[in-house]
Amino acid sequence: MSVVQAVALAAVAFAGTVTVLVSDPLRQIFTLGVYGLTLTLLFFALQAPDVALSEIVVSTIGLPLIALAALRKIREHERAREQETER
Amino acid sequence: MSRPARLALFALAGPGLLAVLLVGFAGLPAFGDYHGVYGLVVDGVELGERHATDMVTALNFDLRAFDTLGEEYLLFASVVGVVVLLRALRDEREEDTEHDTGASSQHVFEGASDALRASSLVLVPMLIALGVYLVIHGALTPGGGFQGGVVLAAGPIALLVAGRYLAMKRFAPQWALEALEALGAGGYALLGVGGLVFAGDYLKNFLPLGIPGHLLSAGLMPLNSIAVGLEVTGAFLLVWSEFLDQALLVRRAAES
Repeated sequence: MSVVQAVALAAVAFAGTVTVLVSDPLRQIFTLGVYGLTLTLLFFALQAPDVALSEIVVSTIGLPLIALAALRKIREHERAREQETER
Repeated sequence: MSRPARLALFALAGPGLLAVLLVGFAGLPAFGDYHGVYGLVVDGVELGERHATDMVTALNFDLRAFDTLGEEYLLFASVVGVVVLLRALRDEREEDTEHDTGASSQHVFEGASDALRASSLVLVPMLIALGVYLVIHGALTPGGGFQGGVVLAAGPIALLVAGRYLAMKRFAPQWALEALEALGAGGYALLGVGGLVFAGDYLKNFLPLGIPGHLLSAGLMPLNSIAVGLEVTGAFLLVWSEFLDQALLVRRAAES
């Protein structure tokens, strides 16, 4: 295993742990994106550029947007419910 | 289950999992130490008989092209499912996008600075160029229809980052996305029928192979890649715009 691969693997482990430990979903979306980037680096270091490309497009473009939109909708509902209870 | 109980369970299960993983990793063959026959066969057949230089794309669009057809329709079906689920419900209505005037109709985010907006707009043509490159060079270099399709879909999304959701909706209207999606899915299936007619087998190559490494080579693969690219672009943009419609435009009728 080369140094680059070892560093990439360590980065994946670190980013993955951080993503699990972050509890706020909004922040978690961003750490998830960074985690996807480290995975991309790992795949690239392991000479799998096709997989790396798939990983980067899904983890940094595909998933976060849907999660962000869903999160916004949920917050909207929560806010509406709070207003109803205040009345 | 309480937090201490969960932690105790993890303290028990965690080291066990770690031990099993370590034993498993220790038994792995060294990186690059490949003894299979399949890979060698793929390398020989796909370069020699199909003139493709990227073996992963060659696998997806030639050796297991029929599986790719299944995957494409899997995506198609899930997108249709999302669209059916997220369309405006009976007690909801979309904000009237036609008659709004001024900044509110553009949905300019309060936090979107001029610098962010300018750089997002620069990103749009670059993303589209990269996406097109990835799609049409699928058989030559890493990439292909799926990756290129998502990058293409990210082009209009850069407009959203610039805070101009409704401009994005005009740039990529719903009917165009639905047409892209249908064209991609139907196109791939029809290419397969072409194989049936001209070569005797569904999805079998029936086009001239060209010179390996040239843009127009590898027979059917560039066309398959383009079909998948269109389908994926349409699919991602449709799902995003359905989600974003729900999040940004749809209000419950009682609120308005």
